[in-house]
Amino acid sequence: MADATLQTGSLEERKIREALPGALVKAKVHKGDLFLCVRREQIREVASLLRNDPELEYKFFSECLGVDYSRWDHERDLDGRFEVVYNLLSLKLNKRIFVKVAVDDGQKVPSLVPVYAGAEYPEREIWDLFGIVFEGNEQSQRFLMPDDWVGHPLRKEYPLGGEDVLFAEGDRGPAVEDIAMPHAGESFEGKTGTEDVSGR
Amino acid sequence: MSQTNPPAFMPSTETVFQRVGEHTMVVNMGPQHPSTHGVLRVVCELDGETIVKARCQIGYLHTGMEKEAEYQQYHKCVVMTDRMDYLNANGNNLAHALAVEKLLGCDIPKRAQYLRVILAELSRIASHLVWLGTHALDLGAMTPFFYVWQQREMILDMFEMMSGVRMMPSWIVPGGLRGDMPEGFDRKLLQFLETFPKELEVVEGLLVENPIWKERTYDVGVLTAEQALDLGCSGPILRASGVPWDLRKSQPYSSYEDFDFLVPVGERGDVYDRFLVRIAEMKESCKILRQAIEGLPEGDFRTSDRKIAPPPRHELDTSMESLIHHFKLYTEGFRPPVGEAYAAVEGPKGELGFYIVSDGTNRPYRWHERPPSFMNLKALEVLAVGRLIADVVAIIGSIDIVLGEIDR
Repeated sequence: MADATLQTGSLEERKIREALPGALVKAKVHKGDLFLCVRREQIREVASLLRNDPELEYKFFSECLGVDYSRWDHERDLDGRFEVVYNLLSLKLNKRIFVKVAVDDGQKVPSLVPVYAGAEYPEREIWDLFGIVFEGNEQSQRFLMPDDWVGHPLRKEYPLGGEDVLFAEGDRGPAVEDIAMPHAGESFEGKTGTEDVSGR
Repeated sequence: MSQTNPPAFMPSTETVFQRVGEHTMVVNMGPQHPSTHGVLRVVCELDGETIVKARCQIGYLHTGMEKEAEYQQYHKCVVMTDRMDYLNANGNNLAHALAVEKLLGCDIPKRAQYLRVILAELSRIASHLVWLGTHALDLGAMTPFFYVWQQREMILDMFEMMSGVRMMPSWIVPGGLRGDMPEGFDRKLLQFLETFPKELEVVEGLLVENPIWKERTYDVGVLTAEQALDLGCSGPILRASGVPWDLRKSQPYSSYEDFDFLVPVGERGDVYDRFLVRIAEMKESCKILRQAIEGLPEGDFRTSDRKIAPPPRHELDTSMESLIHHFKLYTEGFRPPVGEAYAAVEGPKGELGFYIVSDGTNRPYRWHERPPSFMNLKALEVLAVGRLIADVVAIIGSIDIVLGEIDR
């Protein structure tokens, strides 16, 4: 008889529920892939469990990515504005799993660099493009964006275009002086995102 | 734990060198250095000529493709995938198509799958040829460059024959292919498979037992299997470190299970092993290509689902239904159900995947590529430590990066 508390019946879920009670919020199988939704504070413990358990051996850190769910109007797995999705691979089981955490503005996600050294670059990318801070991997310098860039472009409220041009003299050309509002006065709704055709 | 914050100061790109400690100084390499294969900037802290610390600065080619994709319909995103890893355009198209098809849940006819394999394997050879030419050029061997460029031209000619475009075909789209194999393509491919192995042997003969080549590459930049997994390195780098992991074998997609080929694996994980693994991979790709073109099944080159793939041209003249489908597809696109999907292929540089979140509209809610070069680049910071500055050039060449993919 299957364990009543198990949502997917997978080995990974059982291991996490045994070793770290309360860490797992939700588990689901979606389009053939296992998704484990984990409490943000315990992501590092969950990752080291998945990595070091001799039956699992999720040793290959494929990547992690951020998703901004602030304009999402469907059902969610987790609460919180952003989700960070970790993509882990077990060569032993020949299986890929996705571990998700939710994070809001002003909250921090524990960095996975102590567990997987490869997490450094993707975490820096997520900080640069979403503004999600990783505790233990805090950055002061932009990664993909130019050093003097303001804002985090993959956030949903960030407009698609309209890069402001700053001139040395300041009063000529289409410069937008207010760097706190880099795209002041420009709304890009309706340019590429018209309602009539797209349906969004 | 590795040092994650940038060094206390970062010199401007005009800085040639700057003394930082009693024995060490910082030397800037790139972003316009010819051996950085694009616009990679490496800031090295040196003690004499030995590297104490190396840090990569990227982002010079960042064009915000992931943001742009959120405003485009799915079939319009395809052209952006070509421009990420521009040496492996078909592989990127394939990974994107697989991810969107996973969201849609549609089946692809066998003929389309085989043609996809042919395009992807030709791309793999072309990408490896560019790597081989430039890697050898970096280390002072100029001759291989001309040999491999000639062969690559032949592959690009085949892409042109198929799609009309040499480097950015966008020929693999969600739902199948844009068009069928043209008349005479199979003959041209078989002819290429006759001549290419001989030409490859010539280049191999120039390098494999070359004492200068071996001196520059042997035991340089050794990456252990454990390190490679930890850093998320995939593809030939992982296999050169002795891990027999190839997504084409372990998680077959697009009918790779039908083909008989080997996964070359290295032993030491040094620059020389990565070289050997890639050379062997090109030969295995030739095997796959021959099996695919000889066993190419009859059938359609795209799915028959008219909501995803356009109807055949001749139907538009007679069927109102087809005309409507055609019009709707090219104005509105298709709407995958709400959900998320990740699909990965084994690209020439490693695991190349797309993670797409759909909110039920005709444009992706989140569209993300897992770029193999981006993850592999971190290995440079690890491998360069303790080596001479000349070895950095060899290591950059051996991890085979494409900056278009790293910065996206």
